[in-house]
Amino acid sequence: MAEKVLMKGNEAIAEAAILAGCRHYFGYPITPQTEIAAYLAKRMPKIGGCFLQAESEIAAINMVYGVASAGKRVMTSSSSPGISLKGEGLSYLAGSDLPALVVNVQRGGPGLGGIQPSQSDYFQATRGGGHGDYRMIVLAPASAQEMADLTIKGFDLADNYRVTCMLLADGTMGQMMEPVELPAPVEPSVGKPWAVTGTEGKRRHNIINSLSLVPEELEQLNFARFERYAEIERKEPMWESFMAEDADIVVVAFGIAARVSKNAVVAARESGIKAGLIRPITLWPFPKQPLAEAAQKAKHFISVELSMGQMIEDVQLAIRCSRPVTLCNRVGGMIPTPEQVLESIRSANRR
Amino acid sequence: MTARRITLFGGHYGSGKTNIAVNYALHLKKTGFDTVVCDLDIVNPYFRTKDSKAELDEAGVRLIAPEFANSNVDLPALPQELYGAVQNRSLHAVLDVGGDDRGALALGRYAPYILEENDYDMLFVANFYRPLTPDAGSALSVMREIEAAGGIPFTGIVNNSNLAEETTPEAVLRTVGKADELSRLSGLDVCMTCAERILAEELKGRIPDLFPLDLQKKYYEIHQVRMNRK
Repeated sequence: MAEKVLMKGNEAIAEAAILAGCRHYFGYPITPQTEIAAYLAKRMPKIGGCFLQAESEIAAINMVYGVASAGKRVMTSSSSPGISLKGEGLSYLAGSDLPALVVNVQRGGPGLGGIQPSQSDYFQATRGGGHGDYRMIVLAPASAQEMADLTIKGFDLADNYRVTCMLLADGTMGQMMEPVELPAPVEPSVGKPWAVTGTEGKRRHNIINSLSLVPEELEQLNFARFERYAEIERKEPMWESFMAEDADIVVVAFGIAARVSKNAVVAARESGIKAGLIRPITLWPFPKQPLAEAAQKAKHFISVELSMGQMIEDVQLAIRCSRPVTLCNRVGGMIPTPEQVLESIRSANRR
Repeated sequence: MTARRITLFGGHYGSGKTNIAVNYALHLKKTGFDTVVCDLDIVNPYFRTKDSKAELDEAGVRLIAPEFANSNVDLPALPQELYGAVQNRSLHAVLDVGGDDRGALALGRYAPYILEENDYDMLFVANFYRPLTPDAGSALSVMREIEAAGGIPFTGIVNNSNLAEETTPEAVLRTVGKADELSRLSGLDVCMTCAERILAEELKGRIPDLFPLDLQKKYYEIHQVRMNRK
């Protein structure tokens, strides 16, 4: 076992990207994710990698497009307002079927909002953010260790399916320091015969492009892309189930909200209420199956969020509105306390 | 160690400077010195001395922090009272310098006064469990960068090696050799080894110059979030 190191969540992402073989990072500073850029600014030159502070978020995402086209692992990171700026680039990556890892360490919004943690970019991450019919795989870490592990997983998923993968964290996850056991370096496992790497006169040239003016062809491209998305939905949902098997009250929460909720669930169990937690680790594909199963026994669901109620819609869809779902939330940089979640559980149990 | 009038804590980003500065200021106050703690960190808007304001107030330690710290106005400006604290020779001042060379830049404007009075300790805080300072050599590079940016040479080393809540006495002991190596490379003494009080009790007699830490401010505690349950 490797010796642990004490890392900020943001640093864990940065180091894990290097371990995943990422040697190209393009970004622009914004709190609360700037440590990712600061860390890679120090590390990349020492290992022959490329760190570049772009002139804007938009420039950075387009540099990502370039490196992804060349078949190399590449990452950018930002926080909420910066991710909005990257929206066009995310759509172009999808339209060109390019793998990349995009990190969003969310802060409160809308607009410039604040610098404190938030989960209010859930819709933006899981429903698009850019234009057109496309999906991104969205991963939601809940510890510094998962910041590292899911970064590596994200690069693998992106390569395997030729999609953009978004690591959706929040200001707390980015800033808090925890011991991390860094994974071993990994080698990208899939070849990229589509990449623009030079033909050496041996094959036809590859073209990376999101423009397709023949409607019949564009339709087929969309169909093919959605076949891949369907495969992702079948194979890749990830979640953690905590005391949910026999639960009357099922709390659904991800990231920092899940950590708070776990404490509330334990407290509820101690007071005799059968509560449980299902923590989605992939937000898209949303883990519908464990929620649908839980709904066969449970009488009530609670969605705990640092937003005004976004994931709650996916919870309702997953259980086909067969049980009531209530929202327990704080916003604007505030975090629900375990007591607040416990009160929600109690109130649901009294119904 | 003998307390100089001004004690500065600098070091790598996330090495624990703020926490030690607050604990050291409380220690000075208990020892009988009229103490002020100054937050020079204009880099990190998340972890601040201001998070400990209640404890400092209660102990009678004055806190001088950037006016907008802990607000959403992330304005990297230093308050004017800082000059007063640095120059008022009836006070003991503890300065929490921002992380890395970037954080230490702000120190430059006060350096001439501090150097002229020459009653200071500039202490390098090292946590060998941080990923970018895993050994004496890398810690020494950070030390030199901070000195170049802040304009004040270090006078001693504080070993604050820890793995947060997973720290064990053995984990601290494993870093003693690295701290000694940094001491050899830099020619400076290791004047303190920090550990949470409960660990410091267990380490008594096994490490010299232990400095027990009572107050550990962590971001998620500030937000009343308890540790992850497995």
